[in-house]
Amino acid sequence: MQGSIRYNLIFAAIMSVVCAVFVSWAAVSLKERQTRNAILDKYKNVLLAAGLATDDAMLTPEEIQSRFAPIEQTVVHLQTGEETDIEPLTFDQKKVTMALDSSEKAPRNRAGIQRIPHYALVYKLVEDGETSVIILPIEGIGLWSNMYGFLALDGDLKTVHGLTYYEHGETAGLGGEVSNPKWKALWIGRKAMDENLEPRITVIKGSAGPAAEDPYRVDGLSGATITSQAVTNMIHFWLGENGFRPYLRNLRHGC
Amino acid sequence: MAVKAGKTLTNPLFNNNPITLQVLGICSALAVTTKMDIALVMSIAVIAVLTFSNFFVSILRNTIPTNIRIIVQLTIIASLVIITDQVLKAYVYEISKQLTVFVGLIITNCIIMGRAEAFAMQNPPMLSIVDGIGNGLGYAAILMATAFLRELFGAGSLFGFPVFPLVADGGWYQPNGLIVMSPGAFFIIGIFIWILRSWKPDQVEAE
Repeated sequence: MQGSIRYNLIFAAIMSVVCAVFVSWAAVSLKERQTRNAILDKYKNVLLAAGLATDDAMLTPEEIQSRFAPIEQTVVHLQTGEETDIEPLTFDQKKVTMALDSSEKAPRNRAGIQRIPHYALVYKLVEDGETSVIILPIEGIGLWSNMYGFLALDGDLKTVHGLTYYEHGETAGLGGEVSNPKWKALWIGRKAMDENLEPRITVIKGSAGPAAEDPYRVDGLSGATITSQAVTNMIHFWLGENGFRPYLRNLRHGC
Repeated sequence: MAVKAGKTLTNPLFNNNPITLQVLGICSALAVTTKMDIALVMSIAVIAVLTFSNFFVSILRNTIPTNIRIIVQLTIIASLVIITDQVLKAYVYEISKQLTVFVGLIITNCIIMGRAEAFAMQNPPMLSIVDGIGNGLGYAAILMATAFLRELFGAGSLFGFPVFPLVADGGWYQPNGLIVMSPGAFFIIGIFIWILRSWKPDQVEAE
């Protein structure tokens, strides 16, 4: 009996079904918790980029929700740079970027971006009716992985208010240091763009000077040249003409 | 029985450590030992997967058809790894994000399949569980020791708490960049193997 092809097949079939049931059960029963973690994590990262939270503070889900309250979400049409009335809460950036009818093939670029979405979700911190911080989603290819993050700009649209990555698969301890609070702190106050809204900021090899004297350069991550370059490339892409530049131009002309 | 179980548990710690003697599981030992909290979660994940895979393989050891046994073991291990990954994502989201692919890569960790094939296929379930815990602890011991040295000298902290004040923060300690990179882990694990084999010369392979 044992060793016959029939036995092998039946054994393999039962094995597969049993394992599949367990795996599906785990995936389905934990799904809700995982989704909630992911949303809270995203909100927390928006807060981090906006400077409304710090990395070491352990925020409860309620605190995250309440701090997120003054932040407005808007879906922007990238090419025209105009805000649309698409519902931001159900807006799924990854889906929009993947779908053929809501994105287009990207021209050759150094950020490794294949498709540019027609729409992107941006966050605005509004204080006393004025937009004081604008938080733009950025993404690009690092050494191993797609990196997803937020770049927050001050009201002048040039000064970096914060930079944070909420999803990446870079090497822990090397490229993974993009999530290191100390490195992220280096970005604050530097100029992402010059007077003509031309992206200028670059992650260099070695150390840059203080933000006031050396506004266009940021320290590189040691041992992570490719990840460092990827950060520069994706910021340049998303602040460029194919990214948020039309939108930023509109904002500047006060529309 | 009790003596045998005790030996099964403690042998993999020093006498037959999966990393230092069998030199298995090196790739994850290099990858997840930059910080102690990451190494700890990885250790727990490996102990859990190893214990359960040994248990299930042992229960099925007399019914698994010999000619498809490897793929059956792999199916069990892969399922356990996926479940572990899902649990980590649901309960320790922050750390699971930092562990990224390495939890999934437990599937390819030779220790797990090595124990399933070499031990659980021949031994009863209870003893296999003990063997799984023992080998998992052996792996964890090396992982934690490596992570301790790498985080302490590479980042001046332990479990994220600063121990040596860094020059960058106005302290005196200049972190060692080499030790954070994979070669640094190679050196440390190499030194562990050296120390262990000097202490227990019977572990030295014959020339």
